[in-house]
Amino acid sequence: MESIKKSKFNDTVMQSVFFMSAFVSVLAVIAISLFLFLRGIPAIAEIGFMDFVFSEKWGPVNTPASYGILSMIVGSIYVTAGAIVIGVPVGLMCAVFLAEFCPEGIYKIVKPAVNLLAGIPSIIYGFFGMQIVVPFVRDNVGGNGYSILSASIILGIMILPTIISISESSIRAVPESYKEGSFGLGATKEETIFKVVVPAAKSGVLTAIILGIGRAVGETMAVVMVAGNAVMPLDKIALLKPIRTLTTNIVTEMSYASGLHESSLIATGVVLFVFIVILNASLSLIKFRSSRN
Amino acid sequence: MENTALEKSVLNKRKTKSLILRFMVWLCGILTVGILAYILLFILVRGIPNINMEFLFGEYNSDSLSAFSSIVTTVEMIVISLIIAVPVGVFCAIYLHEYAKRGNKAVKVIRLAVDTLAGIPSIVYGLFGMIFFVNILGLRASVLSGVLTISIMILPVIISSSEEAIKSVPDMYREGSLGLGATRLRTVFSIVLPTAMPGILSGVILAIGRIVGETAALIFTSGTNVLENPTLDLMASQRTLAIHMYMLASEGLPYSKDMAFATGAILIIIVFIVNFAATKLAGRIGGLSNGK
Amino acid sequence: MENKEKMKIENINLYYGEFQALKNINMNINENEITAFIGPSGCGKSTLLKSLNRMNDLVEGVKIDGKILLDDVDIYKDMDATVLRKRVGMVFQKPNPFPMSIYDNVAYGPRTHGIKQKSRLDEIVEQSLRSAAMWDEVKDRLKKSALGMSGGQQQRLCIARAFSVNPEVILLDEPTSALDPISTMKIEDLLVEIKDNYTIIIVTHNMQQATRVSDKTAFFLHGEVVEFNETEKLFSLPKNKKTEDYITGRFG
Repeated sequence: MESIKKSKFNDTVMQSVFFMSAFVSVLAVIAISLFLFLRGIPAIAEIGFMDFVFSEKWGPVNTPASYGILSMIVGSIYVTAGAIVIGVPVGLMCAVFLAEFCPEGIYKIVKPAVNLLAGIPSIIYGFFGMQIVVPFVRDNVGGNGYSILSASIILGIMILPTIISISESSIRAVPESYKEGSFGLGATKEETIFKVVVPAAKSGVLTAIILGIGRAVGETMAVVMVAGNAVMPLDKIALLKPIRTLTTNIVTEMSYASGLHESSLIATGVVLFVFIVILNASLSLIKFRSSRN
Repeated sequence: MENTALEKSVLNKRKTKSLILRFMVWLCGILTVGILAYILLFILVRGIPNINMEFLFGEYNSDSLSAFSSIVTTVEMIVISLIIAVPVGVFCAIYLHEYAKRGNKAVKVIRLAVDTLAGIPSIVYGLFGMIFFVNILGLRASVLSGVLTISIMILPVIISSSEEAIKSVPDMYREGSLGLGATRLRTVFSIVLPTAMPGILSGVILAIGRIVGETAALIFTSGTNVLENPTLDLMASQRTLAIHMYMLASEGLPYSKDMAFATGAILIIIVFIVNFAATKLAGRIGGLSNGK
Repeated sequence: MENKEKMKIENINLYYGEFQALKNINMNINENEITAFIGPSGCGKSTLLKSLNRMNDLVEGVKIDGKILLDDVDIYKDMDATVLRKRVGMVFQKPNPFPMSIYDNVAYGPRTHGIKQKSRLDEIVEQSLRSAAMWDEVKDRLKKSALGMSGGQQQRLCIARAFSVNPEVILLDEPTSALDPISTMKIEDLLVEIKDNYTIIIVTHNMQQATRVSDKTAFFLHGEVVEFNETEKLFSLPKNKKTEDYITGRFG
């Protein structure tokens, strides 16, 4: 009897241990947002929300100092859009290849390659970009190579594995009967896949794109090595010109920042964080919608 | 007759279009593998010749740029963050799948939190670590601050792969154990976890891959400092291998570039091993639960 | 008065790997008639149906020899599969509308075959839905998703979709097996109504259905055609003992 009681007791104790462990994630999210906001919001208040978010004047060491991050926000949007333009078509086509065209023998090479692509550290992508993509753009396209274009190419490659794996599994989940229906009307395999199968997998593809956007917006090290990082006035931003994004703003200046300058960099992180939270929320919305259908 | 001619031309157009699409699909498949191969070969071919004993095990100075102390710190960081994050992550998965009731509000909140953690960019983790561990807790820029930051960062990877693995354990195992009068706790530890182990391990290995490759979250927490000789002092500020590569790459001198290639080659070799091991282990889950 | 022969099946043998699913099938399908294929599960009736518009091409490991002629043209040798499937349409066992609007479902076929003009598409959609006797039901919600309809409606939409490319032959693979009796009746009425314009082949498990709609019936067993005759004769005076056993419910 004693031992039964004891094991019941253990069960209860461990249950609370399990629960507390599970709650660590919640605490972590609360702590991250709390401390980020605690340090970031006062800085935004001091600078003034409009002067922070909607001004393109960034000069923390000037007198008087200015802390406008609009051109970094625009920069992040540009490089992310560029990554999507490059990564989504290639990734989606590759997913179609894996799900519908790839012979088994080749699948055994391509699939692990995609996984490996996901495991390569940002720093390697950045270094590769710096050594190969930047000189390539400089010599063949123009500018000094450190540019929106170079950053977009590298980010486009980095989001490939996300786009490919999620799109592939959602393409595979499309019922065979849709394909039969289309073949039965005389459509070719390619017509069937691009007009029926891919559209039927659209919520998965959309999820893949949003996760890809999240990865591209949040990427720091790879971008800092290829983007040139100059703060550009809005009217000077161009495909072949250097660019500074939200993430690279933080990493290029944090090491020597202090006071309001440091806080303004943390506030830059707050803007980034809010953006990521909005992306996550839209993901849940897609999940909710597609589960309802 | 005219009609059939028209139909023929439409059909030819469709066939050409389909052929082009098929070509593009193959091209993108090949392109993806090609890019990967290019990156890997580029780094390995120029990196491996620069790896030597001095670089791997020598003392760091401005001539040698040895990676030894960074390697030791990387290993230290992996071990300690796994010691922290694996139990928390696995316990969380146990709670979510074995203990929580369906439709439980807490579960929804926890899942939302895990999803959110998974989406937060490294640089934001870095900022948080800097604010909280480095400044508020007064741990300074140190390996410890880095370890704590990165432990939170790898939690979602461990939780989701553990949960997948636990989910794949057939219910009849649990019923068998519970039917013999074992408690839920005993069932979890003696039946569920051992069966799910390969899947959990593959998550752990993926987490190792993330730690090895991490840069942005560590720059402001464990720092970019480098010591001449390796130390296991948790309070020391010391760079990991990936940060070593970043610092070498940003110096821009020919010799440091060579050493950046060498460091990159080491990183790639580690990532290779990690991926291979994770795939092998994950492949074993199904086999194990069927075989028993 | 016999109708003209639309499709000829000559010495067809079909193998799934080692397994022979069809054994030496010979049969003529007449124009503007409804031909029913009946028989127990696994007898080869669906396999033969799918051979008629080469849907079996999509299954791996299928080998077929013999000849199938459509208007005296060999469909395996001298015809492109996409052209064949436009001329020989198919309706499947489970309703399988695409996850698109009702309009886009019907417009999919003509669009695929190169019709882009909006007014022409509108015309085809209306015509096809009318032929499937569902225009009045759906004309006000053409832009709504087809997946929101009932099973019976979905199946009739699939029939309308098959009409949309103006086929000559329509193959139906147990089209009512997933439907309720009222929907089944609607589809049966529809088939009888349209047979003057098409050649129809229907695979069915349901012998009453065969007697209600078909002009000719073929009884399949173990990959062979045991008996093929006018429906009335086959059911009232079966020549073969096996056919008699089957239609009187003694097996299958």
